[in-house]
Amino acid sequence: MASLRILVPVKRAIDYAVRPRVNKAQTAVEVAGVRHSMNPFDEISVEEAVRLREGTPAKTIEDIVAVSIGPAKATETLRTAMAIGCDRGLHVEVPEAAEMLEPLQVAKILKEVVDREKPDLIIMGKQSIDDDFSQTGQILAGLLGWGQAYGASEVKLEGDTVTVRREVDGGTDVVKGKLPLVITSDLRLNIPRFATLPNIMKAKKKKIEKMKLEDFQVRAENRLKTLKVTEPPVRQGGGTVENVDGLISRLKELGAL
Amino acid sequence: MQRLGRPLLNQASRGFATQSPRYYAASKEVKFTAENYPNAKRDSRFAQLTLDDVNHFKSILSSPSSVLYGQDDTSELQGFNTDWVRKYRGQSQLVLKPKTVEQVSEIMKHCSERNLAVVPQGGNTGLVGGSVPVFDEIVISLSAMNKIRSFDEVSGALVCDAGVILESADSYLRERNHIFPLDLGAKGSCHVGGNVATNAGGLRLLRYGSLHGTVLGIEAVLPDGTILHDLQTLRKNNTGFDLKQVFIGSEGTIGIITGISILCPRRSNAVHTAYFGLQSFDNVKKAFIKAKKDLGEILSAFELMDGLTQDTYHTATGKPYPLAERYPFHILIETSGSNAEHDMAKLEAFLEQVMGEEIVADGTLAQDKTQADELWKWREGLPEACAHWGGTYKYDVSIPLDEFYTLVEDTKKRLEDAGVVGGTTDESKPVVGVVGWGHMGDSNLHLNVPVRRYDKGVEGLLEPWVYEWIQKRKGSISAEHGLGFAKRDYVHYSRDPTSLELMRRVKKTFDPQGIMNP
Repeated sequence: MASLRILVPVKRAIDYAVRPRVNKAQTAVEVAGVRHSMNPFDEISVEEAVRLREGTPAKTIEDIVAVSIGPAKATETLRTAMAIGCDRGLHVEVPEAAEMLEPLQVAKILKEVVDREKPDLIIMGKQSIDDDFSQTGQILAGLLGWGQAYGASEVKLEGDTVTVRREVDGGTDVVKGKLPLVITSDLRLNIPRFATLPNIMKAKKKKIEKMKLEDFQVRAENRLKTLKVTEPPVRQGGGTVENVDGLISRLKELGAL
Repeated sequence: MQRLGRPLLNQASRGFATQSPRYYAASKEVKFTAENYPNAKRDSRFAQLTLDDVNHFKSILSSPSSVLYGQDDTSELQGFNTDWVRKYRGQSQLVLKPKTVEQVSEIMKHCSERNLAVVPQGGNTGLVGGSVPVFDEIVISLSAMNKIRSFDEVSGALVCDAGVILESADSYLRERNHIFPLDLGAKGSCHVGGNVATNAGGLRLLRYGSLHGTVLGIEAVLPDGTILHDLQTLRKNNTGFDLKQVFIGSEGTIGIITGISILCPRRSNAVHTAYFGLQSFDNVKKAFIKAKKDLGEILSAFELMDGLTQDTYHTATGKPYPLAERYPFHILIETSGSNAEHDMAKLEAFLEQVMGEEIVADGTLAQDKTQADELWKWREGLPEACAHWGGTYKYDVSIPLDEFYTLVEDTKKRLEDAGVVGGTTDESKPVVGVVGWGHMGDSNLHLNVPVRRYDKGVEGLLEPWVYEWIQKRKGSISAEHGLGFAKRDYVHYSRDPTSLELMRRVKKTFDPQGIMNP
């Protein structure tokens, strides 16, 4: 099968290395003034798409498009994707103040994007690290009626057949499927490259097409209601003992011995 | 001061924990300093430690775990006797861990009465043998004095014990949106008191200045047990001599710093990290000029690493290089500002220019915090990577930028001509290579000669030759690591006789018996 098209949905999320904090009203995690970057699983997906292109004869993969549904700053995320190697970007702008979209809404928007862009393969993160739903890929495959491989740790593309290795409890699971297909990436699929300066510069000149939520049939209406967001309980501090005898007597005191 | 980072053990998942330099180095015995340097003589005026002394100290420090005493060099004491580069090893039989400044005072009062020599010790991450005993000096470890005393969110003044670990202080400040004005590779182990005592420089000196400017006050115990209470939090105080300045960089020779107050700036919420490959040192200089011009107020680090350092790190850790090609020079630039968009615009303009004018050959910009941390490891991980083969001769020097890198080239030529360089493969030669990195922004170069074993012949080739080289160029033989045992005989290369004489008098005023870190 010649001239494949790959779609990579990417999400702008709180940076993986930043410690999230709950806002004062306990309704959500504080996002203002917090460093954001591409959801790590999505970055892995972008890298995988680019590696697939690099690992196959020229022009096997005709187009890699990154799509992001999010606020204005999601364009930064798209630039990152394009610096790694995506050809163009598609930005579905959601107002900054809007409630976070739920997996079903995201999947419905992505379905409309798929209908328009006609990709043969979708590679996306198995979950985003902010809301941790881990549902969008599966719902999207269901809406499209495509096959899906969840949590890929290795992807091989031969003609129109894709072999995916998945890490499951107690071992690995190898699945094979025909295109079109949805693959969701796990952490061990690859280690994303450092985008080089020339590619970062080039990415600035690549095209980002803008769309609005109103361009889609989806209604931004949440079905879930967040009641309360709280920090995990603080760990009780440990105590120090002077010596082994002290340790033993303390353990006895606590009823551990 | 750049010193040891935490061991690379947190990389265990990548499968090279067993190759961690610390592990590797630990397999070799470190010789006693006294045996290695027979010219160093113990001053016979100092008293020998007796059991009565030990019992007295036990009565001062009520808790038994605060006194470590052993006739032989037991494993417990060994960690306090041996320095991080595994070059120096003392023979102290006693380690004291006081918890309060009063205890330190009591200890010093007794030591001064009995004429017992002491060595104050912080995180023991020093590189010049300044924090370990040479003979049988008593080690006074500040590790049990590790409390933050106060923090003023308005002024940014932090007051804390000397034994607070730098990283803990910084984490405490991070919660409060501030930053410790000092950062260095050893942050996970070193103590802030030790940082002040050695006037550590580190990675962000370019931005936040030296400790001489940021330290607002200190609390110290003088050799006779008197407590100097000078923990003020004022920025301005022109009332007589600024005595704390004498303690900053005194390396424990005039008293024991037990607490500090320091001015901490607001933490920048926009930090960007870039890493470049360059073809020549000339281009490095051009990039530095450009960075100062275009990035000006947001530039917070400009670090140089030569090609061989990156190869060394690659070999020691097995990690893939950040850039596809290899270059003779690499630089790491960090910007810190308050507005990500403004900073990014400046950085991008800078990048376009240095790429366009072919000053840099290739580079990358960290896309997230994880990538930024990863890039920093290629700079911060170097001391450990160099220690991978056994040991390192380290020279921390200030040189005018024009001849900044010439020292590395000249040293390499000198050692190669002598036929002692074996690279990573030739096991018969003692020297692995000659590498250089440093804080370009502060004209501070770290010349490192990783070796398989410490060798008198190699040492003879390097010293005093390196110091003479520096003297000719009016540089400093100790930019930020301090003198310690390693360089104390070479001070005259960087200081004139008058300065040295004044220093001697200052020392005498504070410590007439000479018991402090002799």
